[in-house]
Amino acid sequence: MSQPVVRLDDVTFRWPGQQTNTIDIEKLRLDAGEHLFVRGASGSGKTTLLNLLAGIHVPTTGQIHLLDKDLAALSPSRRDQFRADHIGVVFQQFNLLPYLSILENVTVACAFSSRKHDRASSAVDVKTSAQRLLRSLNLGDDLHSRPVAELSVGQQQRVAVARALIGSPEILIADEPTSALDADNRDRFLDLLFQEASAHGCTLIFVSHDPDLARRFDRKIELAHHDPQPEISL
Amino acid sequence: MTLLRIAFKSARFRRTSLLLTVVSIAISVTLLLGVDVVRKEAKGSFLNTISETDLIVGARSGPTNLLLYSVFHIGNATNNVTWDSYQEIAGRDEVAWTVPISLGDSHRGFRVMGTTEDYFDFYQYGNKQALSFDKGAAFDGVYDAVLGSDVARDLGYEIGDEVILSHGLVSVDFAAHDDKPFTVVGILDRTGTPVDRTLQVSLAGIEAIHIDYQGGTRSALTLDAEQALRFDLTPTSITAFMVGLENRAVTFRLQRDINDYAGEPLSAIIPGATLAEFWRSIATIEQVLFVLSGFVLVAGLLGMLTTILSTLNERRREIAVLRAIGARPTSVVLLIVLETLVVVTAGCALGVALLYGLLAVSKGLVARRFGVDLTLSWLDTTQGAILLAVVLGATIVSLIPGFIAYRRSIQDGLAIRL
Repeated sequence: MSQPVVRLDDVTFRWPGQQTNTIDIEKLRLDAGEHLFVRGASGSGKTTLLNLLAGIHVPTTGQIHLLDKDLAALSPSRRDQFRADHIGVVFQQFNLLPYLSILENVTVACAFSSRKHDRASSAVDVKTSAQRLLRSLNLGDDLHSRPVAELSVGQQQRVAVARALIGSPEILIADEPTSALDADNRDRFLDLLFQEASAHGCTLIFVSHDPDLARRFDRKIELAHHDPQPEISL
Repeated sequence: MTLLRIAFKSARFRRTSLLLTVVSIAISVTLLLGVDVVRKEAKGSFLNTISETDLIVGARSGPTNLLLYSVFHIGNATNNVTWDSYQEIAGRDEVAWTVPISLGDSHRGFRVMGTTEDYFDFYQYGNKQALSFDKGAAFDGVYDAVLGSDVARDLGYEIGDEVILSHGLVSVDFAAHDDKPFTVVGILDRTGTPVDRTLQVSLAGIEAIHIDYQGGTRSALTLDAEQALRFDLTPTSITAFMVGLENRAVTFRLQRDINDYAGEPLSAIIPGATLAEFWRSIATIEQVLFVLSGFVLVAGLLGMLTTILSTLNERRREIAVLRAIGARPTSVVLLIVLETLVVVTAGCALGVALLYGLLAVSKGLVARRFGVDLTLSWLDTTQGAILLAVVLGATIVSLIPGFIAYRRSIQDGLAIRL
């Protein structure tokens, strides 16, 4: 029996000095390859949840297990290393480092993780892996050596997906990655994201305030302040 | 891709503001090192003005005053030394040589010094260097003159030219010894000492031009150059004299003897000791200069701090991205410290280059104006220590933005704040 990739039990998080819990999740299980949609209005603790899942913060109470590892039991620097090795992150915008080329923005993820580096260079070298990923995300070779500023927002978000996926991490966290895109681009971006996440066998956690996107996910939860919410069906 | 490469590329991306920081650090480094170089060169040149002379003897006065007027030709003697006392001391067994000095006249702003041929044999400066002739030879006749190299160059004199000495130190017509012109017979090589700015003539020459003076003014009875030669031109007094001893061990005893001289009140000084003492008394100036350039460096480092702090806000996104791909908060600190190291190292390198450039360009000018020969040598330990202190100081300063970035990276986590 395989363990769930993501396991949350009675997780609460409260900022010091606050009266109420920012996060209160009784139970959450995600198996390998599952796609979870986390819906939350701004201020509902989306960012806090991301920081908890990425191992930046630890829960006030309860436990978060990723790949059967209790994050709170690891030291902060071990959690950073865990994130480097097993998690890919895509932000809302400004994902890329402006001083690196497109290709370097993808390969930089291997700089902090020898695991990702080894996995990306198992068949071919890291650079070729990055080029393949970019190509499969519809970013042609002519773009790879360009500076970041020459790309459209949609293209930049796809580069960010390539960076998150290089070295095939088990978990992909996306924080409102489509909020800066128009409807057409958003759908195409989601198609590619699902396609690549599935190809790499990633468990996807997708956070957004936009309920329209929820129909494309098999699992959904809703975050709301003060009010513990179990899984809902939209 | 290593953290160092990321730091380098990130710094290159923000090169305009960082380049200004590099320049401001370079300027403070140049200033600090420049003050150190000038201080050392000035001290070396000063302390090397006279060597191998065991005692300088003059009328009773403070040691610094005696040193200044006899060696540097600055200021005036309080009194003279009688010829008899000079002869008595010069004749003592322990005395190897003496060189008399007679001051008081000038030529177009340059001092004239009456002495003997022994001067060219025994006066030494720097590292036991004797005087040498660029052109001509030592004086022989009463109206012969030997010029220091600056005198010859500035006034354009050659061997055979006639020079007219002035009575006293200001060049005014009525006090000119124009009836007894001197002929240039020798021009000395450059020494970097006050010798370069002095005209040397024989004691007899000094006596001859003053033979028809009484109490500082010309008497009614005038004697021309030829007539003067018929008189006994042995002086009755001199300003001071240098002494070389057979055996250094008796220096202090002879010094005491002369200070207690029964015939007249005299002072004897050991030039090296008095030079060092005098340098210590003016060393406050170099300390002030050093402190001032230290403040310039602090200002440079604060400018750097301001630049790094102001870029920290722009870099919040960058730091969040690096954190997302697994960078630790300490890596973020390291990123900022590394960048500072790159900037400050570049600043030091540019500063040193600037210093050598300036030294090379100003070498000629400084030698002409101040008689100090700047030598282009490698950085010594003090200067190395200065550079090290700059790098270390900058690294410590960079820990401030480093600490802020550390705290933020823990607080912000993966949130990109704008």
